[in-house]
Parts: sequence; C-alpha cells; structure tokens
Amino acid sequence: MTDRGLRTPLARVRGLGSAKDGTHHFWIQRLTAVALIPLTIWFALSVATLATADLPAVLSWMRSPLSATLMLSFLLAGFWHMKLGLQVVIEDYIHGEAAKITCLILNNLVSIFLALAATLAVLKMLLGS
Amino acid sequence: MVEFNLPANSKINKNGTRHTAASDAKNVRSFQVYRYDPDSGENPRLDTYEVDMDDCGPMVLDALIKIKSEIDPTITFRRSCREGICGSCAMNIDGTNTLACTMACDDVKGEVKIYPLPHLEVIKDLVGDLTNFYAQYASIKPWLVADSPAPPDGERLQTEDERRLIDGLYECILCACCSTSCPSYWWNSDRYLGPAVLLQAYRWLIDSRDESQGERLDQLEDPFRLYRCHTIMNCTNTCPKSLNPAKAIAEIKKMMVQRQV
Repeated sequence: MTDRGLRTPLARVRGLGSAKDGTHHFWIQRLTAVALIPLTIWFALSVATLATADLPAVLSWMRSPLSATLMLSFLLAGFWHMKLGLQVVIEDYIHGEAAKITCLILNNLVSIFLALAATLAVLKMLLGS
Repeated sequence: MVEFNLPANSKINKNGTRHTAASDAKNVRSFQVYRYDPDSGENPRLDTYEVDMDDCGPMVLDALIKIKSEIDPTITFRRSCREGICGSCAMNIDGTNTLACTMACDDVKGEVKIYPLPHLEVIKDLVGDLTNFYAQYASIKPWLVADSPAPPDGERLQTEDERRLIDGLYECILCACCSTSCPSYWWNSDRYLGPAVLLQAYRWLIDSRDESQGERLDQLEDPFRLYRCHTIMNCTNTCPKSLNPAKAIAEIKKMMVQRQV
C-alpha cells in the first residue's frame, strides 16, 4: 500500500464528513433535463421552419412573447443543465485540488456569462426597434 | 490534472512462464493468470498453466486450486467456502468480475484469463487490498440502530411485508465485484462509497426495525459519497449473486428527494 500516513482507514473514509448537499444538484439536473426534452424539440422544429426565412421574418417570429419565452427557457435550462453536467465531469476526472477548483470556478463563471449573453441577445431581438 | 499515465508497476509482461500439461493429457485447458510479487520489484506478468480438465473440477476455482496444489505453489489467491457464499474468491475472469467458485470453466471460450479485481492495489497475484472497502462498509454503521429498547420478552418483530423489503439486499456477500467494476468507484473510491456499500446502506435504511433513517440519509447526503453514481449499471451486470445495487442506489436517491418534497 502506498504511504498515506498513520490515520486509520475509517478516519480516512469519514474524512471531513458528509457535505449534507448533493440532492439539490441531482434534482435540478433531472428537472432541467425533463424541461429540455420538449424545449429542444420546439427549438429544432423552429430552426427548421425558419431555415429559409429572411431577417425580418425571424425577428417578427422572435418578437412574439411565446417564442421569446420559450427561447429564454430553452437557453437558460440548457446553460443550467450544462453547468451541472460539466461540474460532475470535473469532479469525476480532475483530481488535482488546484486544477479542480480552477475548473469549477471557470465552469460557473463561463456558464453564467454565456447565459447572460444569450438572454441579452433574445431581449435585444424582442425589444429592439 | 487528469492522470493519463498508469502508476508504477502497472505494465504487464505478457511473456511469463508457461507450464505445459503432461503429454498424455487429452482434455487440456490453458489458464492465463496475472502474477505480481511486490518483493521481486518486477512488473506483473501473465503466467500460463495448462490443466488436464479430465482430472480437475468444473469451476475456475477448482482449476486454481489444482494449479496451486500440483503445478505452482507460489500462486496466491483468496478462497474459502467454494460455494458462492463467502465472497473471498472474487476476481476478474474472462473480463468480468465474478466468483471463481461459481464460474464454470466451460462458460469461458478459449484461454481462461484470470486477473485480480480491477483498480485495487494488488498485494500479491490475485489478492487485492480491500482495506478501504471494508472501512467504507464500517462507516455506514451496518447494524441495527434503535433507541427504543427491544421488547423484554423477545426480539424486535416485523411483518412479512416488512421483512420482504430486504430481500435482494441481505444476500449481498460483500465480494466487491460490483464496486470494483464501477468506473466511478475507480476514479473516486477515496470519497465515493461504491455500489456494494450503498446497497448495504439501503439494506439498513429500509429495515423496518431501524430507527435512524434520517441520520443514515444525512451521512449519505454528499456529492461524492452517494451522487458519484451515474447509473452506469456495471454493478448490476457483474453481481455474481444477481443482485441489483444500481436499483438500491436509485432508491436511496428517491428517499433523499422524498424527504424534501
């Protein structure tokens, strides 16, 4: 066995104790996944329908409150789901403490940045003249 | 960062010793066995043993015992009950974690490849270090926790329906086949409890006589201890007792949500 000091195996397993957290992450990941099923179908159908449309046609479609709400829901659920999923991948595979924390911070910040940028784009189309 | 290199002494020398069968043997099977001796300082190697199956029992464990008794006494493995109830002879046979005593040689095509359980530190040959696994088992308090005293005139009772809840759970023999087949356990066994221990945790969570469900769930409520399970299902596929650790883990997650909504 590699040298891990003289702490007992039970002490190492107990570690810092339970984080008393994780269920919220688990639940929101499922919730966003379920939401993304109809939203992705709607998004794909919309893109297909608008494939040959010109800019004014796309803008007028986007200015309908229903389209804008669905688009925002799709984008926010997507980025939220992405953030939660990437967090799991980072926790699974990146074991160096410094690299792990850096990746987790970047994941949070980049996801929030992208979500904000996407939201602004939708709002600009919805409210722009 | 992500580890791409294997740890020291991982590279296996495929050209180990070949022990040929007697020339008059008619029904010969080859067994390729992982060998590692930490005292030698050498990397692991694969030794091949030819066994006369007309003079050997049907199971892989029978062949291993014959090899140890008659061909090479240095080969090291755990075994005890030879009937699938002690869990000692868990190893990786033909690419699958299983018990050598309940795995028939006839169920393997071609050469029988035998390795220790994956991703454990190897103590010697087919013997992996289960220290962490047993400590994880101890950490979930695998015993009845109740404040109410037992009835003075007898044992704690449960209905037949309550008793039935631990069917499919109490049969677990802690052989570690499932946990060592789980990629999530490979990468994070220092913090993730793994399927076997979580199945045992559920066995106590669902026991009608236990009074500590809340505390037990509190201890499991952790991104690593419980939620490293990504429903990969290797555990359920490999279990030599045909149990379903993945379902037990899903039931724990359901309990976690249940107490919040």
